[in-house]
Amino acid sequence: MEIKTDVSLSNFRTETRAWLELNCPESMRQPIKDPSDLYWGGRNAKFKSEDQRLWFERMFEKKWVVPYWETKYGGGGLSSEENNILTQEMIRLGCRKPLYSFGISMLGPALLNFASEEQKLKYLPQIAEGKIWWCQGYSEPNAGSDLASLQTKAIDKGEYYEITGSKVWTSYADKSDWIFCLVRTDFNASKHNGISFILIDMASKGVSTRPIKLISGKSPFCETFFDAVKVPKENLIGEINEGWTIAKYLLTHERQMIGGIGETDIKKEVHSVALEKLPLNNNGSISDGVLRNQISDFEMDEEIFDLTIQRVTDEAKTGNNSGALSSFFKFYGTELNIARYELLMDISGTEALFWGENEKTEGDLARKFCRSKGNSIEGGTSEIQLNIISKLILGLPTK
Amino acid sequence: MALILTEEQKMLKDSAKELLATKSPVSKMRDLRNSKYTPYDPKLWDEMVSMGWSALTIPESYNGLDFGFVGLGQVLEQTGRNLSKSPLVSSILLGTSALRLSDNEILKAKLFPGIMEGTCKLAFAMQEGIYHQTKLFKTSAVLEDENYTINGSKTIVIDGTTADHYIVVCQINDNLSLFIIDSNSKGITISKKILMDSGSYADVTFKNVSVSAENQLNIKLDGSQLLDQIMTIAYAGISAELLGICKQSFDITIKYLKERQQFGVIIGTYQALQHRAVILFSEIELCKSIVLKALQAIDNNDPEALKYSHLAKAKLCKTTKLVTNEAIQLHGGIGVTDDADIGFYLKRARVAKQLFGDYNYHLDQLAVIKGY
Repeated sequence: MEIKTDVSLSNFRTETRAWLELNCPESMRQPIKDPSDLYWGGRNAKFKSEDQRLWFERMFEKKWVVPYWETKYGGGGLSSEENNILTQEMIRLGCRKPLYSFGISMLGPALLNFASEEQKLKYLPQIAEGKIWWCQGYSEPNAGSDLASLQTKAIDKGEYYEITGSKVWTSYADKSDWIFCLVRTDFNASKHNGISFILIDMASKGVSTRPIKLISGKSPFCETFFDAVKVPKENLIGEINEGWTIAKYLLTHERQMIGGIGETDIKKEVHSVALEKLPLNNNGSISDGVLRNQISDFEMDEEIFDLTIQRVTDEAKTGNNSGALSSFFKFYGTELNIARYELLMDISGTEALFWGENEKTEGDLARKFCRSKGNSIEGGTSEIQLNIISKLILGLPTK
Repeated sequence: MALILTEEQKMLKDSAKELLATKSPVSKMRDLRNSKYTPYDPKLWDEMVSMGWSALTIPESYNGLDFGFVGLGQVLEQTGRNLSKSPLVSSILLGTSALRLSDNEILKAKLFPGIMEGTCKLAFAMQEGIYHQTKLFKTSAVLEDENYTINGSKTIVIDGTTADHYIVVCQINDNLSLFIIDSNSKGITISKKILMDSGSYADVTFKNVSVSAENQLNIKLDGSQLLDQIMTIAYAGISAELLGICKQSFDITIKYLKERQQFGVIIGTYQALQHRAVILFSEIELCKSIVLKALQAIDNNDPEALKYSHLAKAKLCKTTKLVTNEAIQLHGGIGVTDDADIGFYLKRARVAKQLFGDYNYHLDQLAVIKGY
């Protein structure tokens, strides 16, 4: 039996590779230079190029935009083995994802786990077709690390909920069609027990957004305001007042994304940058001994961190997995990325400081360095991750 | 290849865990120290031999188990957890690996049976100064007729006082050669050295020691390459032991944080201590991955095996230093008393860290391999 499965998987790999080689345009196999190179879909979707349109449409016809969802939800119905093979082959050829979407990576998993069948059939296919651009409304001005103290309220008006409040750090809210939101539905319950998970059309009356500028320059982040917005009751996902369960589930997904699991872009090795910039000894070694040590130490951790992703992924396949490990990956992965930019700044001397007036074309390193400072804050600060690991993995007591 | 243990490797790990935790816990190591620094308990060694551990890395063609270095690494990790003393590092990890990698089949046929029975014990005599290095040695071998004459001094020879044979790294002009020399040979002076881990080491001096050319480990093989291969195994094996030291120090410390009360609360409720504990947890997660990868690379003849071994030793030396230091501090006053076991981990860690190169040595080698 096993041999037969291996053979069919091997055939699947051969066919997949051939199909991708034939159908993925050359320009869609190039590394992404700018976030605006990505296709996000949505009501006002515009393709940046003919190749981008072709690639999305071909993948869409093949049902491989979300290859692992069931076909009734617009997916390709692939088994996890087949999906792994497809992912591996796409990485091998450098294929971009045909669609970037928080609908696929975040809302989708929540709907699959917590929504009614009717809701799944309504929302999932729209995500797989790239028709709706989703954003996430979690944090609030006074609910950051202490997310569960959020105050955006949903008042039961019989026919509908009336939602008032504001969200912050809503990525791409100014471009999104819908938002999935955490709102307070019970003000008398303890803070974790009065939260619900609801979907809101951004075109509704009373919704407005304002972009947030970061220390690095322009960003996709926005503030989002709700002023007595009417939302149909059927838009509530899961049970009322049990939204915190969904929120926690989704945060695990978010941490994995930020922590680097499933990340496919290849980063340039720090030491190759150093060899280009720094003075060298006659034997070709970097003459600044302090920087050389720091680079070697950083690359040691970077390489072993990648091995750790592999090990934990392999362990998960044998059913050995702790969800709280996503906190470890989020914590360690983001701290490594920050260390990477600190090193690149040190290696590049005064050249690293150039900022310029045009943020799209100038000051790339300095801006990325500034942006990296957000990595250990967004998606739950490093300190929050340490709290989670302490409690859930080490079992240290809380007061 | 998946970065996890196979079922057979897991079984070996479990049996090593059970045997060492029951027959050789830290209290046994304390007893040995208190009995005039006895090197190890021969009864425990007999048990290890009967478990087949002395045959783990001996090829099947010599009636060994050929179980692989991932397997030996699992046993070494458990010796690290329990600070169990035995000739496992000196005779099996180092001596047997040197012999296994040698192309002198006659020597193998002669020595492997005794090694497997546990009656023949090897020790590896390489280091000369106060630091690890692998390139240039003062100990010389000069060919006169059929025999080599060995002159020089070796230090930090693990179990050097109890070994039956030394494997000695010698300089012959621009190249290296390794010889097996009977520890009772004429011209050998052995001076016992007790290190801070209560372990038994020796300074061994060779004065005009005559050894047959048949005792040379590298016949056609290049001596320097052979030594690199042996070191690849040594680095990974000691890293496996260091991993056990890290894990056990960490477990003991977490247990203490959950019991100890001050200011009317369990000290593990303090966030300042929790965060320090999680940093240790995170670094140990990385250590687990690189130790397994380095051991697998050896078993798979991975061309990058030496790099992974450097990575393992560098990371484990750095992490072991951090973990054992934090373990003492998080224990507070009790941590610096001889009554508490945690101090033994600090002391063994400092020795195992220096054996075959500390963090700085391996970090430097990694930069050299990558060309910067």
